[in-house]
Amino acid sequence: MRFIDEYRNVELGKGLIARIHRLSTRPVRLMEFCGGHTVAIIRNGIRQLLPPTVHLLSGPGCPVCVTANVDIDTSIALASLPDVIVTTFGDMMKVPGSYSSLQKARAEGADIRIVYSTQDALQIARENSSKKVIFIGIGFETTAPTVAAAVLQAKAEKVRNFYVLCLLKLCPPVMKALLDLGEIKLNGIICPGHVSAIIGSNPYEFIPKEYGVACVISGFEPLDILLSVAMLTEQIEKGEPRVEIAYRRGVKAEGNVTALRLIEKVFEVGQASWRGIGLIPDSGLKFRKDFADFDASLQFQVDIRPVREAKGCLCGAILRGLKTPKECQLFRKVCTPETPVGPCMVSSEGACAAYYQYGADYE
Amino acid sequence: MNDKDKIILLAHGSGSKLSHELIEKKLLPPLTNPILSRLDDSAVFELNSGRLAFTTDSYVVNPIFFPGGDIGRLAVCGTVNDLAMSGAIPLYLSLSFIIEEGLAFKELERVVESVKAAADEAAVTIVTGDTKVVNRGSADKLFINTAGIGVVASEVDISGANARVGDKVILSGAIGDHGIAVMSQREGLRFSVSIQSDCAPLNKMVAEMLSISSKIHCLRDPTRGGVATTLNEIARQSGVGVRIEEDRIPIHDGVRAACELLGFDPLYVANEGKLVAVVAPEDAEKVLEKMRHNRYGIEAAIIGEVTAEHKGKVVMRTRLGSLRIVDMLSGELLPRIC
Repeated sequence: MRFIDEYRNVELGKGLIARIHRLSTRPVRLMEFCGGHTVAIIRNGIRQLLPPTVHLLSGPGCPVCVTANVDIDTSIALASLPDVIVTTFGDMMKVPGSYSSLQKARAEGADIRIVYSTQDALQIARENSSKKVIFIGIGFETTAPTVAAAVLQAKAEKVRNFYVLCLLKLCPPVMKALLDLGEIKLNGIICPGHVSAIIGSNPYEFIPKEYGVACVISGFEPLDILLSVAMLTEQIEKGEPRVEIAYRRGVKAEGNVTALRLIEKVFEVGQASWRGIGLIPDSGLKFRKDFADFDASLQFQVDIRPVREAKGCLCGAILRGLKTPKECQLFRKVCTPETPVGPCMVSSEGACAAYYQYGADYE
Repeated sequence: MNDKDKIILLAHGSGSKLSHELIEKKLLPPLTNPILSRLDDSAVFELNSGRLAFTTDSYVVNPIFFPGGDIGRLAVCGTVNDLAMSGAIPLYLSLSFIIEEGLAFKELERVVESVKAAADEAAVTIVTGDTKVVNRGSADKLFINTAGIGVVASEVDISGANARVGDKVILSGAIGDHGIAVMSQREGLRFSVSIQSDCAPLNKMVAEMLSISSKIHCLRDPTRGGVATTLNEIARQSGVGVRIEEDRIPIHDGVRAACELLGFDPLYVANEGKLVAVVAPEDAEKVLEKMRHNRYGIEAAIIGEVTAEHKGKVVMRTRLGSLRIVDMLSGELLPRIC
């Protein structure tokens, strides 16, 4: 199959693996930022193919996983308001909040519908003019332009019953926060592919400059990841950290200017609450004043009970690269995809779900 | 034909004159045979002595018509295949409809025609049946239950618990066609694929396989949960490990593309016309060859083998040469695909 087989070519893959083995002389820690990268690494057994000097750590790049309990609790509370339809990406349904989940709330009678895009949510609003339709807007820079486009469309069409609970988050600021925390000594970051297709490579420039950490933007096929690891290893071995793009077919240095303009038009930068890390300044998007009518956090008042975290769940530490799912006491025993304790076991991009599904026994 | 003939009404299931008309005019004629047309409370038939296989399944697929098949064909093939996977020769089926009022007559007729065609192909007879009509919203268009009876030859011993270390794992063809074909019709997801459901009766192929080998240890049809789940069931039941090779698993490009797009692993996508056979190594090539001569086994391949290591688990060697676990399906991939 074109554009797939090329990036899974076995001979090229073996060549890259050999190159990494040749290049690597000392231990390095690389963080794969994206959940999508974690899944690709585990699914293809990439750790087994790397020299023992190269350590890969999972990062916080899974929008479902980093959604804080307070925001899940708020989503559930919104869904229980009269005449409200809550629309959400499917992965959010099973994520446990402090006391319940959207899935449980739906079983108890709340009108919660799974959508594949913000456009679907807008369509539900058009078709249900007597209801208030709230979209749970999770996501990174990749999703933000699609939310912005739907909001602009709703405004142009004067759809007055469409709202977004804006939980959009930004990747470079959370990378900075992790580096500032200093809990893990990173040598390099496998930077997100899809996010970078929007923001480009420039927003990562501070990472090699200020922290001396190598950065390579990677796609999601096995060869993409092997190439990125090879490029990172080379940068680190030479002591020349910089930002490089391995995912050239998707990412330009300046990003997607049209998409960035859309984001800029509807949103401004604000603080955001991240699971496991807490409030990080300038790490999220919030509605500009002109779009306050669409802002579910302003248009609806809900009371939520005190937020609590699940006992023993290591999702927070896993998202910071401090722990692996296997180190969690609950993993596989109490916490499974059927009965998830934390979001990393729910999301298709969650590290725990990937370890569970594809087995880390060979790691 | 007047208006009341165009859609199914509650009265068609009430036991009234309308019910009789529905059964006698619409349902019976295509399916007729001496046992069924007696219309007694039970079907009564002769069987040669020996072991019987008996199975039942309900079909709630949505939509009821999909590329390559419909709920009628599925209801026959699914039950025929369940019998065949026990090494049985399927003989008799029951057929029960639960119809949501408002279903178009012509849709029901299409389904009955399809039941008839599939039953003829599989050489099974529909000997008894039932029809209920429920209020709008109490069912979704049409649900079907079939039960089936077959006979098992005395020398045949096939079970998910019979896999032995060293056995070869044979897959009868490309995976995921049914799941993707059904999914391509879903509201909100509609995409056009050239993929047709693989829905087919496999009993003849199984009979051919059994005619040349007495060393077929397990047979399973990888329906919901896909090949991954089936192999896990065999590994657990038999207390063995299974290792498969990623590059040997047949899969059509359309299915691969759809899975890439939707983030599915084709190993977990449902099939309705495929089987997995675990066969002693000395007979594997011979059985494979026989399967490839059947229209439903043209793409059959040996995809792996039974191992003593990692008991109860399935591992896959990736194209790059690493190993990974292939777990059972967790959660729901696709609701109501069969």
